[in-house]
Amino acid sequence: MSIISPGFGGRRRSSRPDLPPGQYLTHDFPVLSAGPTPRIPLDRWQFTITDEVGGKHSWSWPEFQALPAEDVTVDIHCVTKWSKLGTTWRGVSLDTLFEDVETTADYTMVHGYGGYTTNVPLEDLLDGKAWVAYRFDGDDLAPEHGGPARLVVPHLYFWKSAKWVNGIEMLQQDEPGFWEEAGYHMYGDPWREQRYQGD
Amino acid sequence: MARAAVSGRLTWRAGTVVAARWETPSVRTLVLQVPEWSGHLPGQHVDVRLTAPDGYSAQRSYSIASAWPGDGQIESGRVELTVQRVEDGEVSSYLADVLEVGQPLELRGPVGGWFVWRNEPPPVLLVAGGSGVVPLMAMIRARGDVRGRQPFRLIYSARTPQDVCYAGELARRVRDDPGLDVRFVYTRKTPDGWPDPPGRITVPILNTYGWPPDFAPDVFVCGPTAFVETAADILVALGHDPKKIRTERFGGTQ
Repeated sequence: MSIISPGFGGRRRSSRPDLPPGQYLTHDFPVLSAGPTPRIPLDRWQFTITDEVGGKHSWSWPEFQALPAEDVTVDIHCVTKWSKLGTTWRGVSLDTLFEDVETTADYTMVHGYGGYTTNVPLEDLLDGKAWVAYRFDGDDLAPEHGGPARLVVPHLYFWKSAKWVNGIEMLQQDEPGFWEEAGYHMYGDPWREQRYQGD
Repeated sequence: MARAAVSGRLTWRAGTVVAARWETPSVRTLVLQVPEWSGHLPGQHVDVRLTAPDGYSAQRSYSIASAWPGDGQIESGRVELTVQRVEDGEVSSYLADVLEVGQPLELRGPVGGWFVWRNEPPPVLLVAGGSGVVPLMAMIRARGDVRGRQPFRLIYSARTPQDVCYAGELARRVRDDPGLDVRFVYTRKTPDGWPDPPGRITVPILNTYGWPPDFAPDVFVCGPTAFVETAADILVALGHDPKKIRTERFGGTQ
């Protein structure tokens, strides 16, 4: 039960069905990251899926670009309370990247250049739910937004959509990544408002 | 890793505004008495929730400006938030212009275990853009409370001298807190007799007034996105280890 704030009417009546609880609409694209923006030369870029026995599946930038891409329009929700609706991305579906990966592990740790990590269950990455995206709103993805490529897993809070992504490691058990270690929720479903541990 | 600073469930608490003061014409500090507040680390933030009579509610995050002395220097349960009024901001304008002393404010926290200072030995470089000074001020206050001797340096970019938050307290602490110094950068208008023309933060400023990378300082950068991007890029170019640079950004991109 929340208490009424004296004199508060609320200006933006954005209680729309496509906005999760506690979120507000923004039309620009705020940046959230924990450190400096890494700059990754494309000739050194590599993306690697590592299975639970150490087997590796890697793509260089040209190999990655040669994979079939999808254009998707999705809503994104940041744990810092902003949501942005109808964002357009081009990227490679994780279903494509996992096509030849044999695994029995249920969990993953997603890694980014600069050392960022975040944990996502495998089933949340497959069946058309996640992409490694390299274009946003018709342009190459800017470095401050995670370019050259970032994970986009829009049904979870956006910290799960690791910027500067360079790999996914399969895990038998769930482990916390960077923000999860610092008190944020292990799963991060915006519709259940899973912002912090215990939510 | 001892980074986890939040444990258990973060419940909403009804704080009471016990004092308020203007830091600048658009920045207000709210002093809250919060029941059962278990303390916080400098750099952490809280979530604030406003609720209208019809049930509509809005949440935002705000950095905590006060340190947690933990030794009874300040009445327990005191939490200070410093809020910049944002153009068209439904929460910040309420906190700045509507909320009065004696009234309640719901919050939960503290949140965040990364952008925090834990009274560790290395020198510290703080780089603030505008109201990004708020969590950095909490670090300066925490160091003062424990009489820390780590070299602490704040580089603080503000539009004009009138836009500087905590000006009086910073001047007093530079005098009284050994090893603390503050360098201002003015982007629009400088005080009379200031040696440099107004301008944004630059390589020479961070090179001249920041600690050299050889000192391996812990670096905290907070401000609007564009400011943080610029400052962090410069610090990396000057040779600071990116892993030692912690950033907190707010606001949209240009």
